[in-house]
Amino acid sequence: MSILVNDQTRVLVQGFTGSQATLHSEQSIEYGTNIVGGVTPGKGGTTHLNKPVFNSVADAVKAEEPNAALIFVPAPFCKDSILEAADSGIELIICITEGVPTLDMLIVKKKIDELGLRLIGPNCPGIITPDVAKLGIMPGSIHKKGKVGIISRSGTLTYEAVKQTTDLGFGQSSCVGIGGDPIPGSSFIDMLELFNDDEETEAIVMVGEIGGSAEEDAADYIKDYVNKPVISYIAGQTAPAGKRMGHAGAIIAGGKGTAADKISKLQESGVHIAESLLHIGETVKKVIG
Amino acid sequence: MNLHEYQGKQLFAEFGLPVSKHEVIFNADEAIQACNKIGGTKWVVKAQVHAGGRGKAGGVKLIESPEEARDFAGQWLGKRLKTYQTDENGQLVSAILIESCTDIDKELYLSAVIDRSSQSVTFIASSEGGVNIEEVASKTPEKIIYENVDPLTGPQPFQARRISSVLGLDSNQAKQFSGMFQNFVKLFNELDLSLLEVNPLVINSEGKLHCLDAKINLDSNALYRHPSLVEMQDPTQEDPRESEAAKHDLSYVSLDGNIGCMVNGAGLAMGTMDTIKYFGGAPANFLDVGGTATQERVSNAFKIILADPEVKVVLVNIFGGIVRCDLIAEGIVAAIKDVGVNVPVVVRLEGNNAELGSQILADSGVEVESLNDLESAARKSVELAK
Repeated sequence: MSILVNDQTRVLVQGFTGSQATLHSEQSIEYGTNIVGGVTPGKGGTTHLNKPVFNSVADAVKAEEPNAALIFVPAPFCKDSILEAADSGIELIICITEGVPTLDMLIVKKKIDELGLRLIGPNCPGIITPDVAKLGIMPGSIHKKGKVGIISRSGTLTYEAVKQTTDLGFGQSSCVGIGGDPIPGSSFIDMLELFNDDEETEAIVMVGEIGGSAEEDAADYIKDYVNKPVISYIAGQTAPAGKRMGHAGAIIAGGKGTAADKISKLQESGVHIAESLLHIGETVKKVIG
Repeated sequence: MNLHEYQGKQLFAEFGLPVSKHEVIFNADEAIQACNKIGGTKWVVKAQVHAGGRGKAGGVKLIESPEEARDFAGQWLGKRLKTYQTDENGQLVSAILIESCTDIDKELYLSAVIDRSSQSVTFIASSEGGVNIEEVASKTPEKIIYENVDPLTGPQPFQARRISSVLGLDSNQAKQFSGMFQNFVKLFNELDLSLLEVNPLVINSEGKLHCLDAKINLDSNALYRHPSLVEMQDPTQEDPRESEAAKHDLSYVSLDGNIGCMVNGAGLAMGTMDTIKYFGGAPANFLDVGGTATQERVSNAFKIILADPEVKVVLVNIFGGIVRCDLIAEGIVAAIKDVGVNVPVVVRLEGNNAELGSQILADSGVEVESLNDLESAARKSVELAK
């Protein structure tokens, strides 16, 4: 078992022939991911990386029946690409691209929810189920099949958490980067629900950061519904107020969204806090080791 | 990106929102002519900086002669205004807004933000204006209304009526507000705002609604759609190193410490700052060098970090995912040679080809402390910075 991605996942890459999509699709294919084709308008009928290219998602759906879309198109076109995948009923849509305008995301998110589909990202590393499939830009080599589920708002911090849990031998069931934007397609809560129901997952690592209240909302959910241990690290304890720390969503606004508030709320809900970035693996070990 | 009040008012006017007759001047000599152009016998002069709390700091004044406007401009232009929202150096006053004086009957509050919880543009309105809205929210929450605009169906008249009721507007004012509400949403959506605030929104002596303030923040991700708004950017209001970094597409925030940080990824950059603090040090900056970390980017990053005279050591923390650490190491070596780094550099390379990367650093002849785990690298940096 795993969440979202398994050996039945058939991936369609949107913006397939672009340089980033090409680089990461090659790596994904090498990792064993079943990429069934891609979409680049105007290049339909050709092949790329030995996979068929289509002019539209609708054409690709008819021919290859993908059940996941991986989006690499530039930010100005993400709204269109996500809505195109949604219009074709693709149930799992992952948008890697950074820099999507927030107002575009308000519309996209509302539409995705209405249709009952699932969007991961944007501005995220994607999803990996170790040894099965990699839908994103994370380095496959640091992962190890195992029992820790990882959810994170940040790419490189996810890799830290992955490496520490790999080094200590726990491995990961699946890892999901939900992205660093203010309006993400999926929340910590959405992923906590899936990991809580996944038999293979014994503990959940949640890597949060300053800004917004996603961690606080997750704390409430964990208290009421999650019966597996949750380990958390919150980045940005030294971040000043009012400054955007790289990610569009990482900003302490009006005194709200500080790391200290998030940590105390999570502790109240029984979450095990890693006292520093270096202690994520050790904290997992203390809890389930 | 933030705008000045005078720029906000210009946009308000373009979207049919009522603002005072105004002129903006950049030179004290223009003051008298500006007052005469506006007409009347009373004016308000306002120092333009990207910070609130200007009134209490002496940056806003009611005047009764054009000469006073000239004196006010002479006093403030080119000086720094310190308010409770600025740092101790204050912000440079590069422009003065002069506007006709409005007789006020009542002060109200109106703002709109992108609300993460409701995932919509949310209007916040209160019958208590001209004051700190956070205080109103905690002391008298019944005086505030929150109205979410559905991203798909847009603003509806019933929502304007609900806000009018909390604001205590009479029927004429409610009618006026209904139109203003549509225009505020139009402004917010068409220009990709992330925040809009009118504090105060007033009822003037003629019983009409009037925007006495105009604060606008723009969504940086959407600036590509608005070249004319990009031109409104005022670099004097930003940290010079942050502006320089932005030019090179690097995300940089300056901090108070003495350990310069160069990291790939925003989350790991924050995590690195936290780790430095954990070992008793203080980070000098946040810097995300990006996923690719080419030699050019690393060079630019070193230049920006070293422009801060407080920096005593630079910690480079790279988790090589897809990018190979040996290529990054070559970039670091070339950048150090190129820039002429004169403080100790500690490098932590992890991930793809990390050992090869460390070897390249060791063989390069440049003085770097190469460590492959973050704990040792952070400890070493803290020690060197003491």
